[in-house]
Amino acid sequence: MAYVEVRGLRKAYVTRRGRTPVLGGVDLSLDEGEFVAVVGYSGSGKTTLVSLLGGLIEPDAGEISLDGAPVTGPGPERGIVFQQYSLLPWLSVRDNVALAVDAVSPDLPAAERRRVTDEFIALVNLTPAAWKRPRELSGGMRQRVAVARGLAMRPKLLLMDEPFSALDALTRATLQDELLRIWGERRSTVMLITNDVDEAILLADRIYPMTPGPDAVLGPAIEVGLPRPRKRRHMSLEPAYQKARRVLVEFLRASQNGAGSRLQQATLDGPGLELR
Amino acid sequence: MGTKTSQLILPMLGAACVLLAWTVVSATIAPDLPSPARTWQESRRYVLEPFFKDGEMNQGIGRLAFYSLVRVAKGFALALAIGTPIGFLLGLSPRFHQSFDPIVQFMRPISPLAWLPLGLVIFQKSEPAGIFTIALCAMWPTVINTAVGVRSISQEHLNVGRVLKLSRRRMLTKIIVPASLPYVFTGYRLSLGLAWLVIVAAEMLTGTPGVGGFLWQEYNSLVYSHIILSVLTIGAIGFLLDRLMGLLEARVRVN
Repeated sequence: MAYVEVRGLRKAYVTRRGRTPVLGGVDLSLDEGEFVAVVGYSGSGKTTLVSLLGGLIEPDAGEISLDGAPVTGPGPERGIVFQQYSLLPWLSVRDNVALAVDAVSPDLPAAERRRVTDEFIALVNLTPAAWKRPRELSGGMRQRVAVARGLAMRPKLLLMDEPFSALDALTRATLQDELLRIWGERRSTVMLITNDVDEAILLADRIYPMTPGPDAVLGPAIEVGLPRPRKRRHMSLEPAYQKARRVLVEFLRASQNGAGSRLQQATLDGPGLELR
Repeated sequence: MGTKTSQLILPMLGAACVLLAWTVVSATIAPDLPSPARTWQESRRYVLEPFFKDGEMNQGIGRLAFYSLVRVAKGFALALAIGTPIGFLLGLSPRFHQSFDPIVQFMRPISPLAWLPLGLVIFQKSEPAGIFTIALCAMWPTVINTAVGVRSISQEHLNVGRVLKLSRRRMLTKIIVPASLPYVFTGYRLSLGLAWLVIVAAEMLTGTPGVGGFLWQEYNSLVYSHIILSVLTIGAIGFLLDRLMGLLEARVRVN
């Protein structure tokens, strides 16, 4: 059994207007220390998948297990980096991260917890801004705090829900590079949800394409055969990169046509491919 | 006209209009109503020597206002001490809400004039009865705003607490209380306004020394200019209190 094992995950939202089936039986697995991405169109149910793995909502059917134990309810062993950062605006950068450190290691002496907090802030290069409030920070800096907080939970699985989608292209590239460096140092088990095919290929070992909803499922995982440590420069010229990209794009395009929603045709060619 | 000058001149123009209307009314249809000039003539000692004391009921307006403010402070503090926890409970617990929200909605519109006699029956003394009335009337905005504040905490902030599995206490101190603080302080500001509104009624009915008590006593002694003096004092202090709480509220909102 894999480190993270998801089987037949189904979820529908029921409102007064009727039932919206979002996930129609999602299967996926992650090995320990693996970086896996899930790529799909906006609105296909990616955030629902993160919420289910995070235990914030209950599935209608299916099973999730982490390190051999079934997942029920939320917990810091499945840290989440939210799309909208979700920092607490009344706490400083430091206190936002400290909240996570204090929550997962309450038995550590205070001085040690402070040291660990500082370490995570330094890891995302925010030491000079440690005493600022989130509203004094740029979007990129806020997301760094969120990443530091996610890592500070010392999670067995770090879930990242489109962490960079709200950022401008330059900041996004910087944060992707930093994530690449941090992951290279720590080798945590990460599941990244994104609508950016190039981001997924740059960062992940394996990529699951997601069909557009309703009843979204994951396609077969694509191995990204690029060696590590990776560098952004020239990467797009590598045959392995181009192959992964072609397979992914073909799957996503076919699945979208299959779903018959030609209205939201994305521009699938050109640099910086993003699925909307 | 620049905004700065119009900000200064237009309110003065408004005040001048009211003074004019007051003069006209006192000169024509209400001869018993003292004119602005006469009001000032008969009140100047109370204003210029605000802290003199000739007897229990003949004191400078500053001294009288101080008595009223102390009474309001006590009632207001009591209102916050009772209202804030009730508000948090209403917002946090659906069961508590189901049990007590109807009672809150029922008690909220009851006038201070109705509570005061009941306070006198319970406490047998006018001072605690007055404070009881102030607290009971002033606490509702705090209760309701706190409850609304707790219920409007965003799900994303609550999710942070859930993922971290924060204890009940830390959930309260790190997320729920700071997130609802702006609402709570809006409640406090409205409560203080109500407390000041109630003080006059409470003092008039109990005859205790203070601005409201003075007002009623001077009505009975036919010194009508002092009624106007009291009314103006009540308005000025109410305005200042609201501004003060507004500043505090703005500070909380920024954080």
